[in-house]
Amino acid sequence: MLEPAQTPDSRSADPIYSVTELTRSIRRLLEGSFFGVWVEGELSNVKLHTSGHLYFTLKDDQSCLRATMFRRHASKLRFDAADGQKVRVYGTITLYEAKGELQINVARLDPVGIGELELAFRQLYERLEKEGLFDPSRKRAIPRHPRVVGLITSDTGAAVRDLLSVLRRRAPHVELVLRPARVQGAGAAADLVRALADFEEWGGADVLIVGRGGGSLEDLWAFNEEIVARAIAACRIPIISAVGHEIDFTIADYAADLRAPTPSAAAEVVASDRESLLIQLDRLGTRLGRGVLQGLRKRGDRVMLFARSGAFRRPLDLYRRRSQDVDALADRLETAGRSALARAAMRLDGAGGKLHALSPMAVLERGYAIARGPAGKIVRRASEVAVGEHIDVLVARGSLRAQVEETREEGGMNGKDETS
Amino acid sequence: MSSKEPAQKLGFEESLERLEKIVLMLERGDVTLEESLQRFEEGVALSRRCHELLALAEKRVSRLVREEEGGLTLQLFPAEPQDS
Repeated sequence: MLEPAQTPDSRSADPIYSVTELTRSIRRLLEGSFFGVWVEGELSNVKLHTSGHLYFTLKDDQSCLRATMFRRHASKLRFDAADGQKVRVYGTITLYEAKGELQINVARLDPVGIGELELAFRQLYERLEKEGLFDPSRKRAIPRHPRVVGLITSDTGAAVRDLLSVLRRRAPHVELVLRPARVQGAGAAADLVRALADFEEWGGADVLIVGRGGGSLEDLWAFNEEIVARAIAACRIPIISAVGHEIDFTIADYAADLRAPTPSAAAEVVASDRESLLIQLDRLGTRLGRGVLQGLRKRGDRVMLFARSGAFRRPLDLYRRRSQDVDALADRLETAGRSALARAAMRLDGAGGKLHALSPMAVLERGYAIARGPAGKIVRRASEVAVGEHIDVLVARGSLRAQVEETREEGGMNGKDETS
Repeated sequence: MSSKEPAQKLGFEESLERLEKIVLMLERGDVTLEESLQRFEEGVALSRRCHELLALAEKRVSRLVREEEGGLTLQLFPAEPQDS
């Protein structure tokens, strides 16, 4: 450090400054020489004052410099400035006259080694994660067969086109409701939050898809905003996020109940393919008919013997042939260029016919009846019931409560019968 | 049939689940004759219901908009070019 070699007498002709005068001229000197400089260092003693001004010390391994970032600049920071971060600041060196301290007034603060948005993303992720916002236990189940799917996205982008085209193709039976929203730029985050609130208010959607097509990190930024993440997590309707491409992960993705890699993928997840549902239904229908007969067989019921007799089989064959006719007709319709809808309708008729043919009810329909004794046991021999006892007679439509007047063990089919 | 009434109101998911349950119940065969007949009837009704829900004409696409008075309403979304 420099010091004058000799100390002159204070009564010499040299001018004498007041403290204020001296600090002010030093400040002017500094501001003139260091107006707008970049300086790199590490943040320490970071303090965000309630006034919105940000105070910190910039340091390296040998020196430190006090810094102030006034609110109009500090409020534009996307990430949270924190101790230990390596940063590059732009500002003007000045002197804080009240304390005689050197400081830099910072206009811009950039993280070093990591992008500003990336840092902001990591910080928000860590904070919300610690808070439990992404906890799997918070996730609502996505309904497997929604009636109404709500879409929140831009009404002009590629995302809405993909969503509509996939959903219409796979699941024309599902109703779609679009709430157009801004998905990038100023006000996008707030509009997404409003869109979620609109669906909650409307109340008609079983599940929501929130998303947009691909873009830069900056383009997707609305989906990394805290207000959007919180609104998604708090929404009462299950939400599938579908932002950008497969490699893009946003905070909204973590807050959503399910992340789909792309809008098209979300459309495939949300609605089961109608064709495969129809096949599943056909199989269930066949098993239903078979099941009821097998169940009876297991119980060793006489009804089964009856069902196996020619009387039952013949109509079954008839129905089989008929459902073949239906299939053939459906084929012809198909080749005639009719829609898949018509095909489905024909299949429905076919399935109904098959089911009915397999039903023991079909046997009853032909005029047969099942009689049950007082204990509910099926009556196979006249001797199983006594005169005067009540029996239940099951006919095709409903049942009869009857009293036995007479019983005859043999030749029942010919003579006057057991029931009244 | 009393078992058909509730089937009319069930959604697809509930109907399908109930139908699966009935099929399993009948396949196990541990129900009484009367019950198996009732379940069968119910199963047929549920199967019809599922088909109905799937086979109805193509559902619309609409737009959720806020009216001047502040309420929400649905408007038909401009028809999209369909690729079939």
